[in-house]
Amino acid sequence: MLSYDLTPEQDMLRKTIRDFAEREIKPIAQKIDEKEEFSYDLVAKMGSLGLFGMTISPSHGGQGLDYLSYVIAIEELARVDACQAATVAAENSLGIGPIYHFGTEEQKQKYLPDLCTGKTLWGFGLTEPDAGSDAGGSKTRAELKNGQWVINGSKIFITNGASRITAGVTVQAVSSTQDGKREISCILVPAGTAGFTAREMHHKMTWRSTNTAELYFDNVTVPESNLLGRRGDGFRQMLATLDSGRLGIAAMGLGGAQGAFEAALSYSKERKTFGMPISRHQAIAFKLADMAMEIEAARNLLYKACWLKDQGRPFKKEAAMAKLYCSEVMKRVTDHAVQIHGGYGLMEEYPVAKFYRDQRLLEIGEGTSEIQRIVISRELGC
Amino acid sequence: MKIAVLVKQVPDTETKIRIKGDSSGIETDGIKFVVNPYDEYAIEEAIKTKEKNGGGEVIVVSMGPARTVESIRTALAMGADRGIHIDDAGLQADSHVTAKILAAALQKEGGVEVIFCGKQAIDGDCSQVVQGVAELLGISQVMIAVKFDLREDKKGALIQRRIGGGSQEVYDVSFPVIVGAEKGLNTPRFASLPGIMKAKTKPLAVLKAAELLGESKPRVSFVNYRLPPERKAGKILQGQEPAQMAAELVKLLREEAKVI
Repeated sequence: MLSYDLTPEQDMLRKTIRDFAEREIKPIAQKIDEKEEFSYDLVAKMGSLGLFGMTISPSHGGQGLDYLSYVIAIEELARVDACQAATVAAENSLGIGPIYHFGTEEQKQKYLPDLCTGKTLWGFGLTEPDAGSDAGGSKTRAELKNGQWVINGSKIFITNGASRITAGVTVQAVSSTQDGKREISCILVPAGTAGFTAREMHHKMTWRSTNTAELYFDNVTVPESNLLGRRGDGFRQMLATLDSGRLGIAAMGLGGAQGAFEAALSYSKERKTFGMPISRHQAIAFKLADMAMEIEAARNLLYKACWLKDQGRPFKKEAAMAKLYCSEVMKRVTDHAVQIHGGYGLMEEYPVAKFYRDQRLLEIGEGTSEIQRIVISRELGC
Repeated sequence: MKIAVLVKQVPDTETKIRIKGDSSGIETDGIKFVVNPYDEYAIEEAIKTKEKNGGGEVIVVSMGPARTVESIRTALAMGADRGIHIDDAGLQADSHVTAKILAAALQKEGGVEVIFCGKQAIDGDCSQVVQGVAELLGISQVMIAVKFDLREDKKGALIQRRIGGGSQEVYDVSFPVIVGAEKGLNTPRFASLPGIMKAKTKPLAVLKAAELLGESKPRVSFVNYRLPPERKAGKILQGQEPAQMAAELVKLLREEAKVI
């Protein structure tokens, strides 16, 4: 039976996150973006609200929420600021997710309680300077020597990887090569391990107030027990992580589109040309109609993908579609929003310029739009 | 310490109010309902008082239709312990009747030492229920409270209230007391995600308004609802000497606006 009603808890959650974003994030979002400043204060506040470990079971310190609730929370954060939404989404899906889903009980007990309150953060080291979409091309190596993993290599564009409160990172590495076949494993590396350096990346066009890191591993040695899940399971772990991660990125596209649309709608009612608000000129009104329509379609697609996941049904294709569609909808919506603002749309004093910049990442991160099309077409049997 | 919060669900402050075709009320279809903003301060102060007291119970009491439960759940998600929903189906309530029902519910509950509520609800804006409840229960009341400090003996509080001209009065009140919260009393907390999940399982009792009311009848009847007249465009005097314009202004104020 088809129902479009959210549960009372989901409604309340949306209102809470919206109020929080309006009251706590909006007043400083533009300023910290300009300074490329990562806000520890906001992380602490988002932590006490319960935004980290949202889908993790309460027995491990999480909130035990469904994926639709998680996506609504990310959507509401992104409606105001892509950066805080990114910090939360990356932490939930890439930082906490793999430890929770693949870690041993001991690893979970050790890391999850602090990660789920936002006291600490965790990065997921996948992309390398020479390996992104071609994740199998990883050059980072992990060698098992005398019961210890020795890791060498580097990672790039790692969200939450170099903050003061980053407790460590999950590193995907080639753990052996036999007959030309590469075995990929994920290994947990705590911050402060000798030979492990995390450096903040700056001069970004998008997500300027997130923490983005370059990671260097120079003979980094950790116990064998730091292996995440089973040896050789790293590639499968990464794919499963990205399937769920796509829902978060899609939510950022949806929320960002919503925020840019609202800004454009309200501006169009105030700005007058030829003696009337520009919203009453058909050229502008039709843009707004298209924006609202595409946002509605994007929301339905994304919520359905969440519903499939929450029902325990296959959702790979729908998650890829939602990620691809929501990020492209935000592209078109922010483009219209800037156009509607005219010259002011190019000024950072208005929020649409930031929405326009922040959108660009969504077509690249956690699987480019091209990769999403590959995923979808393979699901179609192409 | 038993603490009660009286909460009302009202249309969101950004709602565009429309009157029903037969003028019997406002159109509620498509309206987003929220906790009365002043009541949010009351909820926060109740939870804070419980925390400062080092224990106790916060009970949320709200009268209204079934949807009112959402507002009670919001207060429970913020940290209140249990709720009482007073179902007002079939009842035309004025401030007097509302105060009677709420007072009866509080009496039924028994042993409540502090009652917090918003100084007024932003829908009807009558600002009469707090005083009515105080009168009916025969307890002290402090309206427009901006500060609430629990006394050391925890049997009373120092309460500051705003009065005219920016001055403030401080009352030293022994419990029981009912407090009408003003903006600035505190910063209401956000309902946390674990709080929202917990709220689902907190106890919520339902009472019937008609049963609590007994024989009392409303003293106010609603004849019809009208939107306030639209504000007319202002008039700008121009193109003359200042002295002439001043004379013209006085003339208009006297003859047209009839204010002098």
